[in-house]
Amino acid sequence: RTTMMMNADLRRERAAATFQPELLTHILDGGAERTRRRKEIEALVLNDPDFQHEDLNFLSRSQRYEQAIRKSSLMVMKLREYGIADPEEIYWFKSFVHRGRPEPLDLHLGMFLPTLLTQATPEQQDRFFMPAWNLEIIGTYAQTEMGHGTHLRGLETTATYDPATQEFILNSPTVTSIKWWPGGLGKTSNHAIVLAQLYTQGQCKGLHAFIVPIRQLGTHEPLPGITVGDIGPKFGYDEMDNGYLKMDNFRIPRENMLMKYAQVEPDGTYVKPLSDKLTYGTMVFIRSLIVGDSARSLSRACTIAIRYSAVRHQSELKPGEPEPQILDYQTQQYKLFPLLATAYAFHFVGAYIKDTYRRISGDINEGDLSELPELHALTAGLKAFTSWTANAGIEECRMACGGHGYSRCSGIPDIYVTFTPSCTYEGENTVMMLQTARFLVKSYTQVSSGQRVTGMVSYLNDLSRQRIQPQHVAARTVTVRINDPVSLVEAYKARAARLVEAAAKNLQAELNHRKSKEDAWNRTSVDLVRASEAHCHYVIVKLFTAKLSEISNAAVRAVLTELCLLYALYGISKNTGDFLQAGILADAQITQVNQRVKELLAIIRRNAVALVDSFDFHDVHLGSVLGRYDGNVYENMFEWAKKSPLNKTEVHESFHKHLKLMQAKL
Amino acid sequence: GVNPDLASERQTASFSVEKLTAWLDGGAEQTRLRRAVVEAIERDPVFSRENQYFQSQNERYEEAVRKAVHLQKKMHEMGWSQEGPESKYIYRAVAGDIAFLLHRIFMRSISVLGSDEQIAKWIPLASQYQLIGSYAQTELGHGTYLQGLETTAVFDVTTQEFILNTPKISAMKWWPGDMGRSATHTVVFAQLYVHGKCYGIHPFIVQIRSLQDHSLCPGIIAGDIGPKMNFEHIDNGYLMLQNVRVPRENMLNKFCEVQPDGTYVRRGSQKINYFTMTSVRISLISTEAVTPLMKACTIAIRYSAVRRQSKLKPGEQEAKILDYQTQQEKLLPQLAAAYAFHFIDNYLQELFDRGYREIQRKNFDTLPELHALSSGFKATVTQYCTSGVEICLRACGGHGYSLLSGLPSLYTKIIASCIYEGENTILLLQTARFLVKSFMAASTGQSVPPSVAYLAAAKPRKCPARNKLDFLSPDIYTEAYQHMAARLISSTAAKLQDLIQSGVKRHDAWNQCTVQLAQAAKAHCHYLTVKNFAETVEKIESKAGIQKIMKHLCDLFALHGIFSNAGVFLHDGYVSGAQMDMVTASYLDLLAIIRRDAVPLVDAFDFTDKSLNSALGCYDGQVYQRLYEWARKSPTNKQISPAYEKYLKPLLHNTLSKL
Repeated sequence: RTTMMMNADLRRERAAATFQPELLTHILDGGAERTRRRKEIEALVLNDPDFQHEDLNFLSRSQRYEQAIRKSSLMVMKLREYGIADPEEIYWFKSFVHRGRPEPLDLHLGMFLPTLLTQATPEQQDRFFMPAWNLEIIGTYAQTEMGHGTHLRGLETTATYDPATQEFILNSPTVTSIKWWPGGLGKTSNHAIVLAQLYTQGQCKGLHAFIVPIRQLGTHEPLPGITVGDIGPKFGYDEMDNGYLKMDNFRIPRENMLMKYAQVEPDGTYVKPLSDKLTYGTMVFIRSLIVGDSARSLSRACTIAIRYSAVRHQSELKPGEPEPQILDYQTQQYKLFPLLATAYAFHFVGAYIKDTYRRISGDINEGDLSELPELHALTAGLKAFTSWTANAGIEECRMACGGHGYSRCSGIPDIYVTFTPSCTYEGENTVMMLQTARFLVKSYTQVSSGQRVTGMVSYLNDLSRQRIQPQHVAARTVTVRINDPVSLVEAYKARAARLVEAAAKNLQAELNHRKSKEDAWNRTSVDLVRASEAHCHYVIVKLFTAKLSEISNAAVRAVLTELCLLYALYGISKNTGDFLQAGILADAQITQVNQRVKELLAIIRRNAVALVDSFDFHDVHLGSVLGRYDGNVYENMFEWAKKSPLNKTEVHESFHKHLKLMQAKL
Repeated sequence: GVNPDLASERQTASFSVEKLTAWLDGGAEQTRLRRAVVEAIERDPVFSRENQYFQSQNERYEEAVRKAVHLQKKMHEMGWSQEGPESKYIYRAVAGDIAFLLHRIFMRSISVLGSDEQIAKWIPLASQYQLIGSYAQTELGHGTYLQGLETTAVFDVTTQEFILNTPKISAMKWWPGDMGRSATHTVVFAQLYVHGKCYGIHPFIVQIRSLQDHSLCPGIIAGDIGPKMNFEHIDNGYLMLQNVRVPRENMLNKFCEVQPDGTYVRRGSQKINYFTMTSVRISLISTEAVTPLMKACTIAIRYSAVRRQSKLKPGEQEAKILDYQTQQEKLLPQLAAAYAFHFIDNYLQELFDRGYREIQRKNFDTLPELHALSSGFKATVTQYCTSGVEICLRACGGHGYSLLSGLPSLYTKIIASCIYEGENTILLLQTARFLVKSFMAASTGQSVPPSVAYLAAAKPRKCPARNKLDFLSPDIYTEAYQHMAARLISSTAAKLQDLIQSGVKRHDAWNQCTVQLAQAAKAHCHYLTVKNFAETVEKIESKAGIQKIMKHLCDLFALHGIFSNAGVFLHDGYVSGAQMDMVTASYLDLLAIIRRDAVPLVDAFDFTDKSLNSALGCYDGQVYQRLYEWARKSPTNKQISPAYEKYLKPLLHNTLSKL
């Protein structure tokens, strides 16, 4: 059978592009060699018959879990067989196998093993690491409880040391203390690293981590004293057995507490860890991954929506002419192109954080933690900023696909439900924004007291030069040139400075009115979140702009410059209030900005398809009928629908059970 | 017992919840009737939604059919009729989780578009469920743009039949509800051809399945279009027609007819069609957009009063998350919006009823305004409510992500309302067309409909507010909205004119202004919503504190809108930077005030636990117990997972040998 031809519209779009998509792909991957290797790994997975299966949209949740487990077990073996050990390459392999979805071994590989490596003593590593590496032990990481998520200190699970038997007694004293949500806990794991409040010698020593066996090796039955199960259906994450865990006087040996840092001696004496900051590192790392995830998820949604918009024709633009591609409508461009620009911006931000983390974590190992607070503050805010934006953006892409976007065949519903929990997990977004705000206010206070600050907040130093005119950091006029990204960075900087200052001053005013620091903080938190958002927005525009100068190919640089301008100007047009109120831009400039945004839409239009092609998602990975590379949308929607479970028989059984009866009776 | 954290919220209510409920229902008598209907349905085990979150697509569909069949029996038993006052409460009670909703559209389209003979023939059959109908308009390649539909109906004079065809894949009917598995008949919209001439889109009644064994009729290919984000219980279908012949009498011919010799006759005004569309758009605002937002607010606000997290003051108990300003800022504006849109729905209903009376007197003058308002409000309300539900979902943190919270289902259902019955962007542009036209008329001194009369009075001014309390005056903020809407409409109209005068073709100019036009249409609807809210509050005779709390909500809705769209109010200096700071201050103050009544305000919506179907939102606030209890019922915990024996066991035991 001959393969289908590429849809003529898409062919035309690709021919008209002003740059070579491969070159841009190389930039996104971090070099041509990385692209080659990524595709090599991709081919390894895609050509492997072991990883083939029916379309997941037609499977029940149990079947999806089963497929995921099947693939995960094969994946672990094949990774080792192929000798793939580089973390990024493992990530690629895993994401091709599971097509961007979570899988039941995620926490075993991503949390259980790394935590053993970083927090277990050498003796503990001997006992647990190799069995876990060899998957005799499958572990999860049980932190979140029914009653507590991001606020870790509130966790209620207890681990009470009994010196008589040299054991810890684990308990879930209340309903709210039941461990809830950990992935892989419901059905898959036989061990868990449990976070619990440690009690020894009658005193609470705070949260500590314990290795707890939960299921019988061999039968996989829960151990006596353990109640464990799946928490039920969710919005997405069908492949994942998020679980609950209740412990009743469950005893584990003293040696099962992870004791590389804090220790409990046989007599119950507690030995404090050296530094609390060490655990920050993992958090920063995982949050930085979410920034990358935001970029990828949004890129996938954009790829689908933009290709489909080039294939779909509707209504008329000019009387008497054929129906135009919906991508030619200004309203459609206005929905999609700013998101496309955002996806690129987030890619570069993700890469930046990864690099910075790598650099700083080198320092951490040598004991230099000086840069950690800023990185921690920055990643918290960027995690929230990018995941919120991507979350809304994915939905926007879906809506831009009209009714067909609502079908699971579009693939966007799946991207959305898989992505949206990242606004909550690894730190709820609002709480993250407030962490960043805390850092910003602290920096502002330092500057006010005459100290200088460094890094991304150094714009606050301008304050000291403004002493003569203390009301506004940004009160000086910035001459903004709206076609110059560097000048726009300055505008964003002025906005961030203004909002940080306003929040800090409001906080101070509240403090002057009230006694409690906490109350004042709470009553200023809406302002504080706005300040954090403005700071993150500035950082993103700055990093995107900085990236442009690194690009050697002129055609690629030109198109990325257009995207960068669109990103910056669109951000202004969506937040005109901030720029107007601070006097950074005048009414007439705002009108120009709005106009320029629309001109850029028309300019980017011709490269839109090439720009999503550059993301280089394979059709299998994209999982979308609307976003197929060849653009043969309608034929394949029909083929897809025919496989729907409701279509298994021509006459559905409910006809005999219900309909026929009704027609007979009435 | 009720969770003490929730009980304490109710003790301090500043108004009578029962009275507010009655007022929202339109009188205590309505409340009584609603409760009676809801109770009758909820007590019947067939209508239980208890296992809904655990069911597959096939199971959901079967349940929906079973419920629809049972509902006929129930209505008969209870003496309820389709036209009776109970009807809307029935829909509320079953929460739309029922099949044959399109059957009603099928019947309505015959009633509206059919001749008396056609009505006499089909309606009795349909109301007796001797046949099950659907409504096949949308195609794979075309949705809101109806003229583009590609299905054909060619008149064959020799046999006096229409021959229906799906000439290409994109012409396949796609999406119609109840058509995938249930329907025996459907109204197919097709391009009519007589003697080689195309007469545009017309409706035809087509039988698609056998009335005996339900098998597909010859020439028909039909089936289910596959899994969607929601509506798993509905068999949205596809339909392909291959030389399907229907008798001449099957074209619905109230307004146009093909005579036996092929002569095409048009009669009467087709404007009534517009009116039907208008009525559908208005009717979905309440049931499909406002009600889900009210439910989401109920769930999220009750949960936020039960959930305690972190400490606000050292040494104290952990605080309710509802006490955090950021949480209030997420939820309370949504609550205010739910009220605002409930009132705008009342306003539209009234306008619509008045319009209907006019139309019955053959006066179609109000139609353009009605059409513009129904389009604009359908778009803005569904959009706003959709994002409101999503905010509620995310405000419930991790637990909101569980289907057991009820929020994901509310969300995935309400988002469809942004697309069906007219894609929102296209509807906004329809409203904008009316606004631009009205603006032009108003500026040349012609009379314009009441809702746009303000466009004539637009003149440059400054907001007179001097302190933050001034912004609690409805006159001040309504004026600000009016000014902003008038400015956006007039500047867009001017831009459009400029482009046309500079030689840009009219359609190109239109396309180049569409982003602004859509924004102007939204601004117009936002203004009317604020104005109507303020007028509604004004009219409440002060009873049991209701007016006071409604005033707070109205202020919050208005100021939240200014706060979140600061740029458009600042743009021409109508509101100054200093005034914007006052808006922000007043807005934040209101959050703390409304916070105190937040739980009573959602209680007043009066949803039963069964209709919320949420482990987080129950009246008694026993959130965690219920979450645990419901999770344990999950099929994943009952069945022995085949995955262990098949995959996990070998993985756990044999990997070493394979490595």
